Amino acid sequence: MAKNFNEMTWKEFDIAFMVTNPGCSADYRTGDWRSQKPVTDKSKCIKCGVCYLACPDDAIRLAADGTYDFDYDHCKGCGICATECWTGCISMVEEEK
Amino acid sequence: MDALNVYAAKMAPQQESLANGHRACQGCAELLAVRLVAKTLGQDFIIANATGCLEIVTSSYPHSAWKVPWIHVAFENAAAVASGVEAGIKILKKKGKYPVDREIKIIAQAGDGGTVDIGLQALSGALERGHDFMYLCYDNEAYMNTGIQRSSSTPYGASTTTSPSGSESIGQVTMKKNVVEIAVAHDIPYVATASPSYPFDLMEKVRKGAEAKGPAYIHVLAPCPTGWRLAPNLALSIGRLAVQTKVFPLYEVVNGQYRMTVSYKNHRPVADYLKPQGRFRHLKEADIAFIQQHVDSSYDRLLKKIEMSEG
Amino acid sequence: MAKRIGIEVSLAISEAVKLANVDAIAAYPITPQTHIVEHLSELVADGELQAEFIPVESEHSAMSVCAGTSAAGARTYTATSSQGLALMNEILFIIPAMRLPVVMTIANRSLSGPISIWNDHSDLMSVRDTGWIAIFAENGQEAFDLTLQSFKIAEDHRVMLPISVNIDGFTLSHVIEPHEFLDQAEVDSFLPPYEPLVQLNPDKPVSMGMVGIPEIYFEAKKAQDMVLIESKAVIKEVFKEFGEKFGRYYHVIESYRTDDAETLLMTMGSISETAMEAIDIMKDEQGRKVGLIRLRLWRPFPHEELRELLRGVKTLAVVDRAVSFGSPGGPVATEVRSALYNSENAPYVASFIAGLGGRDVTIEHFTTMVDMAERMAEQREVHEYKMIGVRE
Repeated sequence: MAKNFNEMTWKEFDIAFMVTNPGCSADYRTGDWRSQKPVTDKSKCIKCGVCYLACPDDAIRLAADGTYDFDYDHCKGCGICATECWTGCISMVEEEK
Repeated sequence: MDALNVYAAKMAPQQESLANGHRACQGCAELLAVRLVAKTLGQDFIIANATGCLEIVTSSYPHSAWKVPWIHVAFENAAAVASGVEAGIKILKKKGKYPVDREIKIIAQAGDGGTVDIGLQALSGALERGHDFMYLCYDNEAYMNTGIQRSSSTPYGASTTTSPSGSESIGQVTMKKNVVEIAVAHDIPYVATASPSYPFDLMEKVRKGAEAKGPAYIHVLAPCPTGWRLAPNLALSIGRLAVQTKVFPLYEVVNGQYRMTVSYKNHRPVADYLKPQGRFRHLKEADIAFIQQHVDSSYDRLLKKIEMSEG
Repeated sequence: MAKRIGIEVSLAISEAVKLANVDAIAAYPITPQTHIVEHLSELVADGELQAEFIPVESEHSAMSVCAGTSAAGARTYTATSSQGLALMNEILFIIPAMRLPVVMTIANRSLSGPISIWNDHSDLMSVRDTGWIAIFAENGQEAFDLTLQSFKIAEDHRVMLPISVNIDGFTLSHVIEPHEFLDQAEVDSFLPPYEPLVQLNPDKPVSMGMVGIPEIYFEAKKAQDMVLIESKAVIKEVFKEFGEKFGRYYHVIESYRTDDAETLLMTMGSISETAMEAIDIMKDEQGRKVGLIRLRLWRPFPHEELRELLRGVKTLAVVDRAVSFGSPGGPVATEVRSALYNSENAPYVASFIAGLGGRDVTIEHFTTMVDMAERMAEQREVHEYKMIGVRE
């Protein structure tokens, strides 16, 4: 979207208020909702992927070494990953501002 | 089952048809369920979405979280809109005006309010007419989008903003409406319950529902930390407790035949499920015993249906 | 040109829908619309029309299914009346906002209560502000012709809005009239296949029906209203093309013997035929300077054309067939007064409400209205509205 939507005039948006760039919510950062952030002790990670499959915000990414990294732009800090992790390698730490 | 979840996570489809950046609350199990459904279905599906949490958090202009065609019309009519999309594509294919080689699954999705209350008539109509579509109800057991008002899917004893517990009331005074059985009564090919706490069970059911020729109905229990007064990180563990305590058994009904898909040898007491949730905090021992009794008898009735199906 | 045949108006409408080669029909039975969709379901059952007929469980679902079929890219039709239209109300607002070119026949019928199956315009007036184009037909030929033209107007890429074609329940829907049908080749030469602007298709995903927060909702509504207002030019264009092709001309406001008229009657729908007779009698037997205008296009309201037609007219008697409870006039009269208020030399506008719930509106009623209007105009009587034909 070239122009900020709240500066758009009535002539500028797509027909019927449609959105034609699917999945563009990814542009919207939900990371700043967080008060705690997940951090992985990768030495304990067994690369099972439970955290990845349990994330409601699709904010966990497979890394090259088979472990998982966090997408802090979108992670809301719910802590499900830390709770579901089998080895306890994810801990929630206070967000520093 | 739990072990399978651990070792097979990497076997799950990697595609995401629901993008991140949606505005769901922290720890929303509904959005996790939707993410798993979308993963399973791939790209060739079209969604008709009811008004509700899911709609609001995924479609605030100009940000859409949907990578597949998606339409929202109103609150009570997702099943009817899906009927139309299905019928429209069917006739356009017949007339050669839509790619015929594409198998496109039509999905209707709604919350419990949009399904078991205001949308029940449209759902029944669409199931009865036999459209080739799959309806997913994400049941978080109240009208969460408008601020946690009771629905007919709210369980007995839960305190909500329109069924508050008080000196004269236990909270919700009615038992949860069993819409799964109402769906079964339509004699459709596939009906199931599912939970995002059991992702592979859920994904398998979505696959079966999508493959069924005709209507499929899947009722997903979607724990809502906000409305259930629960720490967000416990959304999936509470979903497991719902199954382990027999509160929300995971089963499927294929062409009328019942089958339990997740079984436990020993079930935990219902109190284990109720106690972590603030909405049940006011319940006394006697109330919990009453709920236990009701859960046991409902579960026994389900077992009888399964036995009959096996016999 | 095909020959004239006598057929019930409802069936003629169904035949027009068939000739339009519609893809999907969703409907729920309600009197007096039923004959239209019964005949359409027969045409589908007999293989004469290749379409999906979706027999829904309510009108709310009928309109919701139409949203789905239309968004899928199918040419979509439905029909309803009265309570059925009222039940659709919620979805009626959303269809034009989503720019879905659904065509709907409304066999106009009064609203409950008391429950009545008979004709007036209270059903349509209750959905006045939903954003649909609304057209009135006053006889079977018009109903047939306007149904075909509606698909062309609705699906024009400059428009992409739904249309209701209004016919009076029973007095039009259930009568047998002579119709001049068009054959398939003629229709095909006029009405091209539907080309959706956007459709639900995984090859090019779109999200339809987004949330509009305060920062953008206002602009969305402005865009919607501008399209409706500007659709009038396309409507006139289609009317003109149809006239040139088939010799039957339509206008947003039709005039009948208005030359040198100082007093005009204004009507909508089938009572216009009786009004014409009344005008003939007043002109030919009494030598009065009267005439008739018939509002064909109710939405978008043709105010410019109205002001043009009323130049030199001293008195206008507007006949409404609905009550806008607690309002200072019948709904059409209120609209007309508002359209004329700031214009110079505007005529005196008298508002009459007649023919509610199937009550006959007779020639005598029309002459009474003209008499009253002229008298009130002379005295510049400030009035809201008068009911004609009600027992006082």
